[in-house]
Parts: sequence; structure tokens; C-alpha cells
Amino acid sequence: MTANQRTVNVCQGTGCISAGAEQILSLLKAEVAGLNLSDSVLVRGTGCHGLCQAAPLVAIEPDGILYAKVSPDDITDIARSLLPDGKPVERLFYYDTVIDRPLAIFRDIPFYYKQQRFVLRNLGNIDPDSIDDFVNAGGYGAARKAVTGMTPEEIVEEVKSSGLRGLGGAGFPAGRKWETCRVEMAEQKYVICNADEGDPGAFQDCAVMEGDPHSILEGMIIAGYAVGSDTGYIFVRAEYPRAVARLRTAISQARERGYLGKDVMGTGFDFDIHIFQGAGAFVCGESTALVRSIEGGRGIPKAFPRPRTTEIGLWDKPTLLNNVKTFASIPVVINNGGASFASRGTETCKGTAIFSLAGNVVNTGLVEVPMGTRLREIIYDIGGGILGGRAFKAVQTGGPSGGCMPAELLNLPVDFDSLTEAGSMMGSGGMIVMDQDTCMVDVARYFLDFTRRESCGQCVPCRVGTKQMYDILDGICRKEGRPGDIELLVELGESIAETSLCALGKSAPNPVLTTIRYFRDEYEAHIIEGHCPAGVCSSYQ
Amino acid sequence: MAEQLPEEFVSDILSSHVNSPGQLLPILLDVQHKVGYLPEEGVQTIAEFLGIDVGEIYSVASFYSQFRLTPIGKYHIQVCRGTACHIRGAPRILGELENQTGISEGETSSDMKYTLETVACMGCCALAPAIKVNSNVHGELTTRKADEVMHSLPEEETDDS
Ligand SMILES: Cc1cc2nc3c(=O)[nH]c(=O)nc-3n(C[C@H](O)[C@H](O)[C@H](O)COP(=O)(O)O)c2cc1C
Ligand code: SF4
Ligand code: FES
Repeated sequence: MTANQRTVNVCQGTGCISAGAEQILSLLKAEVAGLNLSDSVLVRGTGCHGLCQAAPLVAIEPDGILYAKVSPDDITDIARSLLPDGKPVERLFYYDTVIDRPLAIFRDIPFYYKQQRFVLRNLGNIDPDSIDDFVNAGGYGAARKAVTGMTPEEIVEEVKSSGLRGLGGAGFPAGRKWETCRVEMAEQKYVICNADEGDPGAFQDCAVMEGDPHSILEGMIIAGYAVGSDTGYIFVRAEYPRAVARLRTAISQARERGYLGKDVMGTGFDFDIHIFQGAGAFVCGESTALVRSIEGGRGIPKAFPRPRTTEIGLWDKPTLLNNVKTFASIPVVINNGGASFASRGTETCKGTAIFSLAGNVVNTGLVEVPMGTRLREIIYDIGGGILGGRAFKAVQTGGPSGGCMPAELLNLPVDFDSLTEAGSMMGSGGMIVMDQDTCMVDVARYFLDFTRRESCGQCVPCRVGTKQMYDILDGICRKEGRPGDIELLVELGESIAETSLCALGKSAPNPVLTTIRYFRDEYEAHIIEGHCPAGVCSSYQ
Repeated sequence: MAEQLPEEFVSDILSSHVNSPGQLLPILLDVQHKVGYLPEEGVQTIAEFLGIDVGEIYSVASFYSQFRLTPIGKYHIQVCRGTACHIRGAPRILGELENQTGISEGETSSDMKYTLETVACMGCCALAPAIKVNSNVHGELTTRKADEVMHSLPEEETDDS
């Protein structure tokens, strides 16, 4: 290695790979070797850089140059630019449509500089398959600090004072959950990472697993030590084979280095992690259903009244369940201290929110902003506004449990509480932007189609009610809507929300209730005026 | 695809698992992964191995969308029906692929060339709409690009998804 060492970070996230990034990586490696640059230039694959829309992405450090939409034809020029007298390849700069000019340095791109990356700190900056990269970036430092220098009580206190709330959807205070699990008296306890990412249209957990798997392991090790558990599971959604592969590699490397297994870092503390692959059922993201699934059964939520999972969880043992991003936040809390973590965010929601920004927005990708950032900033400043210069219609958060918010709410500061108040939900971090050509009745039907398929069928309001709501919505989309349908949908929705057993049923009406609340005129246009304003429902053409 | 008989595969797979509680789903996923579906004889073997009822296995398998009880085609086409893909035209892409393959969602063509399915999301939402053919994801599809993907499928590729 020489002083003028450069690193070429080639994104190997699911998005970039679909755009040919694996080939880009191998071609670049070969080309750089062919120019005899291997001593001064390191070419490596990394996790998601965030700006997926411009895939495949290649970043050159320490210059900070970002190349967008790289194709195999560009490889020679990129490699030559790395020669001592090389010049950057200007035609590959990202073109910012808001500023209306190409930008060479990624830190100058609003998409990047308007974000604050803590949970996503390593994504795009390290090779996820290299534990050395992770350790060189400070990785496992927090685990060492916690396991060798802190008591479990101190760790839980730190997590409590950080104000961190679970990032899997419900926003339950992490420190309180850890405390209830820690004080349980039991020989055996379990730690589970919820990586089911059930929201269809969200990929932030996927990106963290693919891009920075060791951070999740590190958070889980700290959790295991804090609550007194020696075994962890990561429950990964079936559709994420690459995430599973990278986690497997990370786990075996961590075992080799003594971060996992018997006698972690020579402290006498034992902790190991296993991967459990889901088999495709949205309801398995729910805590008790997830536990049943690992136990080998049908993933059906437990009926109420029921003990908390922190008391009676996996194999009836006390179990700590947190989301991928919650665990990935823990090293930051331990390294910087709870107070520092709590300095970001709003009164009731600390830290950052992570969104996968998708739909009809210019800069689709991964976004991390302090809690309390306004929707407008996320969609327009970071997201670059609506694709093709069309008009904004709605933004959807929280997936099938969430709702659609109209332009009037663009100034809403985003956190768990404000989104719930607006009738939506933070959820796990899906954010879908919809333009003028989206039919809100069709969107509501789409979500109810999803929930009726995914209802586990255990309770009548959810099983029968979601089907009824779907049929009414389908009727409206097929020009068979009747006066009174809207009122019936509201009535059904409210009763399903009240009487369903788990949050799948309780929140299933949200997409319908919010579209009626904010876009009632579109329903009326279908039913009364006989047309679909967005021109989506084909029966009206 | 399988040169071995499905039941031989299943015995191989079982040899790498221990009979302990909670092994059912990992075993089923393993079988599905390597054989492409859950063959009837295989399910019988698994039931004997775990000492549980065949009916119990089917009850669990039917609960989860991953499991298939019939063989899959040479090209396993999965169309994302996630939210990002839906609003960016997934229904059109599915329609185009149904035209191209002559089968509907959930079916396998009689010549065993294609299986066409929809999935909830594959994490490629930023480049919606997306499809997956065997293990390759293709994003930012238009009906034209979907055509191109279909026409570029090599004759002898095997499913390694
Ligand atoms: C139907 C349903 C699906 C869920 N899916 C997920 C999921 O995919 N990922 C997740 O982390 N939490 C999901 N949850 C929330 C979990 O039950 C649980 O609250 C969460 O994993 C706890 O982690 P946290 O406190 O770190 O957020 C789901 C809940 C319900 C009711
Ligand atoms: S609300 Fe729906 S998903 Fe939840 S337990 Fe009842 S039927 Fe099952
Ligand atoms: S919504 Fe289609 S890949 Fe996520």
C-alpha cells in the first residue's frame, strides 16, 4: 500500500446488481490490474450507496467522486482515470435535476448532504464480506466496550437514556424492553432479530443486512450480554437470499475472530447467532407468530391475554425481539453514549428514521434523516421531487398497516407519533411516493388484496372483514360501486380495527380509511360521477 | 435440475439435519430449494425422520407461500407485486409475461419451460417494477424490456435460484 492509495467502492446491493454491478466489479478489478494499478488502487464491492436510482454506482475515495449508471463500456475510462495523471470521467457524473447540472463529488449532491447517516454509517463504505473492513471502521469496538467494561445494568441504562425506539414499526422504547427481559429470572433466554421486512415495497432492512451485516451481529452481542442470553436468531425474509449469504459469511468470520461463540473476546461470556429463514408469510413479522414459526409451526399470533415475549417467548423462554435497524443502532448508542444519541430527533422520538424511498420520485433509494424531518424535505430536497415533472398526489408510509397522506401534509415533521396522528404509521420504513396518475381507490384495493391474502384467518373480523372491504373496493374499481359504499367501508374498517386480534387486522383498514379521509372525492368520482380521475381503472375507459 | 430422484435428494438433505424441534421449516426450505418443490415421497420421508404426521407437515407447508407441491419449470419467473412495483406498472408487466408464456400467475407450462408466480417484494423497490428469473433480478422494466429478458433466456439454463 502506498500513500496515494485509492479505493473504488462498487455497489453490490440488490438494486445495483440487478443493473449489472457484479460484472462492473469484476471488469474493473481486471482493468485496474491490467494497468498495474493494483498496488495503489483497491477495488472492492460494498453495500448499498443509497442512490439506487442511478445504479450501478461506483464511488472513488478519498476523492469522493461518484459515477452513476456505469456500463461495461465505461470501465476502461474509469480505470484510466485512476492513473497518476488521470482525469475524472465527466460523462458519468450524477446529473442533479433540481440544481440542473452534473455533480462530481457525492458530498455535493443534495441527496447525500441532506442526510445524516448513523444506522447506515457503513453502507457503501466497507466490503460487507470483510470483517477487517468492519473492524477498521471501528466495528466491534462497542461490543468490546460493553462486554469488557460495562455491567448489563449500565448498558440498559445507556439504551434507555438514548431514547431509542424500536425501528420495526411499533416504536416501543428499546431500553424498556431490554430492562424487562434483563430482570427475568431464567437459565435460558433468547435474542431475536426481526429481519422479516414484511412491508412489500421496503428494502431498508435488506440493505443493512447486505451492506453491513456485522453491525447487526454487534448489536445482538451487546443485547445478549445485557439481558443474559447466550443464543441469538436472525429471522430473515425468504425473498432475501443475498442477505442470508452475507449474514452467514459475517457470522462465520465473527466466530473465527472470537466475537461470537464460547468465551466472547476472552470474557467468559458465551453468545452465538443462528439464521432462521422465513417461509413467506407477512404475519410472521408479528412477535408471537415469528416465535411460533421458529418453533416449527404455523406462524399464527397468540391470542390475548398473553404474556409478553420478554417473559415467555421462544421455547417459552424470555426473549428479546428487535428489528434489524434497532440492533444496528446499538453500537452507535454505546460508542457515543445515550445522551449524544438523544440529541437528535424530536421530543418523543430520538435518533434517526430510515426510509426506503420508492415510487414516482426522482431519487429512489435509501434515506436516513433525523426524526422530525419534514416529508417535503425527504421527498423534494433529498428525493428530488416527482418523476417526469408530474404533480405529487400522495405519500404512503407504513406499508399495508399505514396510510396515504396528501399534499397538505407535506410539512408534517416525520416521527412515530406524527405519522400515527395522520392516520398512517412509521412502520419499518417504507415510503412510497405517488404521482397524479395514481388512483387512490386502486391503491386501497391493492393493500386490502394484500392483507386479505396474508390474514392468518384466526379471527373473523380480519378474515371476513378484509375480504368484504376488498370486494367493495374491487367493485368500485370495476364500475360497480354503489352509493353508501364509502360509509360501509368506514364502518367495516372501524369494526375490524377494534375487534381484530393482532396488529395485522387492527391496522389493515388504515390504507382505506386514510384514502377516504384525504381523497374522498376520488371515491365519489368513481361511484357517483362514473369516472376514474387518474385513468387507472380500465372499466371506466 | 434434479438428475437424482427427488426422494434421494431428500435423504441427502436429511443427513445434514438433526432431529430436533424446530427443524421442520429449515428442512422443508432446504428441500424446496434443492428440488424446487416438496415431492410427496419426500414429505413421507421427512415425516418419518421427524416422527410426525404427514398431515402436520402439509398443514405447516400450506400456511407459507414459499412452498410448492408441484415441480417448477425451467424458468422460474417471479413478478414483484409489492407496492413500489404496483404503482410503477407491475400489473402491465405481469400481463405481458402471461401473454409471452401463455400461462397465468401461479401456473407452470405443460412443457415445463415456465413457472410464473408473483411475490410480495424482493428488495429491488428503488428500481421498480422488478422481476426475477431464476436467481437474476431485472429492474426498471417496461413491457418492452420484459420481452427482451424473455427472448434472451438461454435454452439450457438451469434453475439455481
Ligand atoms: C403483521 C405484522 C408484521 C410485522 N412485520 C414486522 C417486520 O417485518 N419487521 C419488524 O421488525 N417488525 C415487524 N412487526 C413488528 C414486530 O411485531 C415487533 O414489534 C418488532 O419486531 C419489534 O422490534 P423493535 O422494537 O425493534 O421495533 C410486525 C408486526 C405485525 C403485527
Ligand atoms: S388479526 Fe388477522 S392476522 Fe391477526 S390473528 Fe386475527 S386473523 Fe390472524
Ligand atoms: S416492491 Fe417490487 S421489489 Fe420491492
